[in-house]
Amino acid sequence: MSASVSTRRMAIEMATRRAFLAGLAAASLPRLSWADAGSPAYLAAGKVGEAFVLHGLSGAGQSLFQIELPARGHAAAAHPDRPEAVAFARRPGTYALVLNCVTGRVTARLTPPEGRQFNGHGAFSPDGALLMTSEVVAEGSEGRIGLWDGRSYARIGEWASGGIGPHEVRRLPDGRLVVANGGIQTDPGDRTKLNLDTMRPNLTLLSPEGGLLDQVELPAALHQNSIRHLAVLQGVALLGQGVAFAMQWEGDPAEPVPQLGLWTPGRAPQLCPPAEADAFAMQGYAGSIAVSGGMIALTSPKGGVVMLFDSTGAPLATHRRADLCGVAPAPQGFVATDGQGAVWSCDAAGLAPLGQGATLWDNHLLALI
Amino acid sequence: MRRLALALCLTAAAAPAFADFPEAVRDHILPGYAGFAAATAALDAEAQADCSPQGLRPAFQAAWDAWMAVAHLRLGPVEDHGRVLAIAFWPDPKGLGTKAQMALLTGDPAALTPEHFPEQSVAARGLTGLERLLYPAEPLPADPCALIRATTADLARMAGEIDAAWQGGYADVLLTAGEPGNTTFLSRPEVRQALFTQLAAGLEFVEDSRLGRPLGTFDKPRPERAEARASGRSLRNVTLGLQAMKGLVQALTPDAPQTVAAFDHAIALAEAMDDPAFAGVAEPQSRLKVEILAEAVDEIRVVILSELAPELDVGIGFNAADGD
Repeated sequence: MSASVSTRRMAIEMATRRAFLAGLAAASLPRLSWADAGSPAYLAAGKVGEAFVLHGLSGAGQSLFQIELPARGHAAAAHPDRPEAVAFARRPGTYALVLNCVTGRVTARLTPPEGRQFNGHGAFSPDGALLMTSEVVAEGSEGRIGLWDGRSYARIGEWASGGIGPHEVRRLPDGRLVVANGGIQTDPGDRTKLNLDTMRPNLTLLSPEGGLLDQVELPAALHQNSIRHLAVLQGVALLGQGVAFAMQWEGDPAEPVPQLGLWTPGRAPQLCPPAEADAFAMQGYAGSIAVSGGMIALTSPKGGVVMLFDSTGAPLATHRRADLCGVAPAPQGFVATDGQGAVWSCDAAGLAPLGQGATLWDNHLLALI
Repeated sequence: MRRLALALCLTAAAAPAFADFPEAVRDHILPGYAGFAAATAALDAEAQADCSPQGLRPAFQAAWDAWMAVAHLRLGPVEDHGRVLAIAFWPDPKGLGTKAQMALLTGDPAALTPEHFPEQSVAARGLTGLERLLYPAEPLPADPCALIRATTADLARMAGEIDAAWQGGYADVLLTAGEPGNTTFLSRPEVRQALFTQLAAGLEFVEDSRLGRPLGTFDKPRPERAEARASGRSLRNVTLGLQAMKGLVQALTPDAPQTVAAFDHAIALAEAMDDPAFAGVAEPQSRLKVEILAEAVDEIRVVILSELAPELDVGIGFNAADGD
């Protein structure tokens, strides 16, 4: 009995103490944190009915909040500290919205400068002071990294991306930026691809100040393999800091080509073909890529598959689910989303449904943890 | 569960105008795979008895005919272990199949045993592999008998496994869509969506690959790229494939008259043609007929989106159709 009373008292004391500390924190640090937004683990754009939305999802795939978007979204970038996310329009993008993920309000609207278009992705600097957006010069698709102040969201400049048609950009832990220059020149109005015969995608590494540090291309026979998406390879000590990259084949669909590659700056890119039986499972098209616990997940909505590879690029497993595209790391394996509204847990053993709702999930799932 | 699902099928069959995915499973998919298993078993039995290429050709043709009844289906057991590639590896622009097969013809016979042949390249096996042995363009470097027998046995094994997997479980995965424990199809509409996707992809393959590859461009026709050219069944594969996909539509719904009419139009054009291996693509007059057929297939693709998709309440995948 006395043990129970003392336990309860301790609990009360702790609760009081916690409230006291929280009050102190609030007094000294009035700004909101990601915990105030319900601690979403993921952000995902989607479509519900005819409306385009951005959701914050829990680790179990439940929607915690929903914010309406003015047009179809694509990917998002999360501020490292403040509960703010920048949602990017699908390319050629005319908007990016800064969303307060606690209130659901749009706090800033980014419009690309005259003659520039957003290309769907962006990343913050490690301290959150700088937002970097993948952009193209509308005429000719030459790549730019747009620079925005991480607090006021004023346009403060731009860098050359190092190629044509940059798509995803990812910051390495040390602050250097990797750019996937997809190589495809598109019509500024209608996404028509204009240079498939001559395209030359590359991976470019920029310093935190935008200087060109390294750049690699694929072997000539694979010049039509557009490098589009990136995931930072973590915990692969031997390789140093690098990325896994996902490709989309614009050549003859009958040719089996890899959709996965690994790149450690300073070295040549390493291409990682699937097992022969799965050579065409992705139909030449990888939509998203993520890294978790020494595994790489690559999705193909066209093929309706997620393929898992180990950190050396060796294939581990192939799981099938129609229109699967979004994928992000989870504490164990991955979480994946599909265009039929389902959220999945994914590991080498298989896919397990976490839930399904009315929102059809768009291309990307962004992990906030 | 399976008995219940079959009972539901029988109930549904009593209403003549009713059609949906259970009917597609019962009337289209299961008989199709059973037919393919039977035809490949017959082919293999003949090959084990007598492997002479000339004599095997009719059974080979019958097996490929049977495959065309299900070749447009890319879901479930046919996708496991690379079976769909190992049954018909085409197109093969780099000639991977020929290279792998030549190595098998002149290499260690241990690779041809039932234990090891399934480990060989998917490009070397199946109907496309067998065609190169039964209709060789040039004399083969070694007696193909053992490789013919290994290939027919492998084909019959895969066809039997696919048939057994559908009968013994995968049909129920479709029929129990949306029920607790079904983690493949979370609702019944998802099955309709999956089958519609088979049609859309199957028609795309007919237009872009079976017709589009030999057509090439007007300035550079590519008759040598026709499917199953050596065995003279390029056109037949188009005709049978269209007939099979029309059958799938009719199993799914009684209410898609424009879709059926578009199929009938294309099938009639194909049946009226006398160009079995699309050699005519190189001559303007005969090329026009192949182009008109391709346009008719394209028209089916338009009509399934405008009529069949709303009828089934499905569409093209949100992300799959996108590209970004």
